[in-house]
Amino acid sequence: MSHAQDLPLWAAIIVALLLLLGSGLALVGSYGFWKLRSFYDRVHAPTLGTSWGTGAIVMASMIFFSVLQLRPVLHEFLVGVFVTVTMPITLMLLARAAIYRDRAENNPEVPPMDPPRIKLDVGADPDAPESRS
Amino acid sequence: MKRLFPFPLLTVSLIGMWLLLTSFSLGNLILGTAVALLAVQGLVALDPVRPNIKRWDLLPKLLGIVLLDIIRSNIAVVTIILQGKKRARTSGFLSIPLDLRDPVGLAILSVIITSTPGTAWMDYDSAKGTVLLHIFDLVDEAEWMDIIKNRYEHLLREIFE
Amino acid sequence: MSEMIVMVAVYVAHMALALAMIFALARMMRGPRAQDRVLGLDTLYVNSMLQVLVFGIRTGSTFYFEAALIIAVLGFVATAALAKFLMRGEVIE
Repeated sequence: MSHAQDLPLWAAIIVALLLLLGSGLALVGSYGFWKLRSFYDRVHAPTLGTSWGTGAIVMASMIFFSVLQLRPVLHEFLVGVFVTVTMPITLMLLARAAIYRDRAENNPEVPPMDPPRIKLDVGADPDAPESRS
Repeated sequence: MKRLFPFPLLTVSLIGMWLLLTSFSLGNLILGTAVALLAVQGLVALDPVRPNIKRWDLLPKLLGIVLLDIIRSNIAVVTIILQGKKRARTSGFLSIPLDLRDPVGLAILSVIITSTPGTAWMDYDSAKGTVLLHIFDLVDEAEWMDIIKNRYEHLLREIFE
Repeated sequence: MSEMIVMVAVYVAHMALALAMIFALARMMRGPRAQDRVLGLDTLYVNSMLQVLVFGIRTGSTFYFEAALIIAVLGFVATAALAKFLMRGEVIE
């Protein structure tokens, strides 16, 4: 840890606070993920760690290296952008898979799929457009 | 011009990403530009939906609103999780009809809603234009409807339609 | 002084993230359904990525950043593939 000696006090305090905030958010998110009872409730918990949890730790890393090396070190920004953009996609895919599976098993917790609006017996429908005359 | 730079925003972000991953120098700038142009040509072959942004000036406003909302809902969800079972909480599904039809706008709306803790985008019915959300702390359905419709969808419709 | 502040924060962050990884792992083992396990895997990936970023601050080396980026990419691809499998691979057919 000798490299941190050159860090000014204000930067050290900001970095420390951001680290504690980020890891705390990740911890609360994972705790909620373990504690909550239904899958659809659990979907919300990890977003704590991926939104401002990741954001705070990425900012701490950026400030730490920028102040130490006396030039802007911004490549951690890519990690933050990548996680914020991809996490919703994973969650949406998983939620859709979960809804799909619960509907297939007729789970009463999930709202049912809307009935299909296309009528299959076209010939019996008087309003159906005439295909052949 | 249009054929050489079909996706200007993507080209610029790819060059920026290349320069962030390496270090800035003239050689890296040229190499990164070459890589970005090649990659964009690959995307042209896939023929994706083009974003049609009409109001560029509203994008920073949207970003600010989203960042503030994420902070606010982070605090809300943390308090709920730490309170545990002490407080009665109902979570549930909510179906909302949307007027937004632009696919890029819908994609941005879904990313905003899911990355905000406390709300998750579950399913979208493109025929009727309704979206199924799951909300962690569903106290007042009308309030959530108002947030989604007026705060986000209105702004996204101004930007994209 | 500043060294001590950062060091304490780094150790606390390590412990908190390790605990978070344990919670995610516990949910991954317990299930009860496949989607819980996949979401647990994803949470585990994110927490370990944050752990690697904190390691970068602790050692003062910028090379950890690339490992974190690769963990993030792999986590996204793995979870997306598993979610797609859950959607089409098991219930129907």
